Amino acid sequence: MRAFWAGLIVAVIAPLIGSFLVVRKLSLIADTLSHVALTGVAIGLLVGVNPLFATIICTITTAYIIEELRSNERISSESVLAMILPGGLAMALILISIANGFNTSLMAYLFGSITAVTQQDVWIIFGLGIGIVTIFLIFYREFMYTSFDEESARTSGIPVKIINHIFMILIALTVSVAMKVVGALLIGALMVIPVISAMQIVKGFKKSIFVSVIIAFISVVTGLIVSYYANLPAGATIVMTSISLFALISLLKKV
Amino acid sequence: MQIIMNTLTFLAIEIKNLYFSYGAEQILTNVNCKISVGSYVGIVGHNGSGKSTLLKLILGILKPNKGTVSIFGEDIAKKIEWNKIGYVSQKAGIATSHIPITVEEVIKMERVTNQAVDEALTSVDMLDTKHKLLRELSGGQQQRVFIARALVKKPQLLILDEPTVGVDVKTQNTFYNLLSRLNIEQKITLLLVSHDLHTISHKVKTVIQLDRKAYPYNMTTCSVNHIHETNATNN
Repeated sequence: MRAFWAGLIVAVIAPLIGSFLVVRKLSLIADTLSHVALTGVAIGLLVGVNPLFATIICTITTAYIIEELRSNERISSESVLAMILPGGLAMALILISIANGFNTSLMAYLFGSITAVTQQDVWIIFGLGIGIVTIFLIFYREFMYTSFDEESARTSGIPVKIINHIFMILIALTVSVAMKVVGALLIGALMVIPVISAMQIVKGFKKSIFVSVIIAFISVVTGLIVSYYANLPAGATIVMTSISLFALISLLKKV
Repeated sequence: MQIIMNTLTFLAIEIKNLYFSYGAEQILTNVNCKISVGSYVGIVGHNGSGKSTLLKLILGILKPNKGTVSIFGEDIAKKIEWNKIGYVSQKAGIATSHIPITVEEVIKMERVTNQAVDEALTSVDMLDTKHKLLRELSGGQQQRVFIARALVKKPQLLILDEPTVGVDVKTQNTFYNLLSRLNIEQKITLLLVSHDLHTISHKVKTVIQLDRKAYPYNMTTCSVNHIHETNATNN
């Protein structure tokens, strides 16, 4: 049940944030931060603190750096991500080797694990989830304007740089929150695939966000049930369910 | 060099002693310009002439090395009254082709009421497209939607960056007729940036031409020699 509640929260927040990632064509940012999150996990396991807290610090710091580099326009977004993504993984592997190898805990963070979600995790995920949704709703118009047309958003009086930083922090928090349920290697997929699926069938951006949450919800619930009874990795099963729904929607649209 | 257009009326934009460089490359040198309220001005120049840079300096996106820009009497370095300024960027529609966003949602990116949305769309003859997806519209129609978004807050100054790129000639004419109507009927000051001197010179009332090649060692200036009043009409 703990994994179920955590999964439901992830099913809500992942596509909310993912909607604007798709608009900005920055879907790879989630994957980049998830690789950096592994560094946070490794640090947490190494020093003996809750890996979730270390992950949050690592991902938020990296999100800030990514946005600073991106907004200065000296380096392209793709180049920034191309540096940080392998860098995060490399750092995690170095720290893991210092900690004398892989263990079950780390695998749970990589691929998601139903059994690894503790009651404390559920409460932390719930609290962070409420925070993410609240900030999302408060700044929805600002996120929308800066995502679609940053220059015009600026002339509307929106503090674009601040809004972009806030959005990056939300991505970082979402990745950190979702990691234990879906796994660091797959969280990017859950943020993006339900959104892309919804955009195939819905007219209107706001409606597409709502439908993407429903699709993510179905993916998570189905994926968790199948993974439990079939003894499969939770994250992988959730993502394959999500991809299957995308394929089904695409086929039905053609018919 | 200084251009003064009708200094006896209020000024919408005033640029004083403006200098800007990208690193060691000087782009604008000692630009002085006064654009009065109600003007319909085109800033033209070939690629690299500094027109987009000048536009970004006017909007406060870039900060000058030296000099000031004032909009409606306020130094933009201290304060910009964004509610008086409408802007249609060149990149307005780039992100939208894969997103199912409706025309209404585009307008509502500004914090406005439903009635204001309807009024803005009516002013650009696009009210019947309110619930359509933006990507279902033609390039010219999309530009009108973005103009509606800029108009919805009832600005006194409307700035457009390369507004007719990718739009066919017939649609361009319709578009410029709309702008003329806004300038005459709603007394909105219009500032267009374009590389197309030939077209612009027949549409706007005043042209400012930036041409670095004419002044290779310096300065992109608002040269008096390149300012001319046009005989543009509402054709």
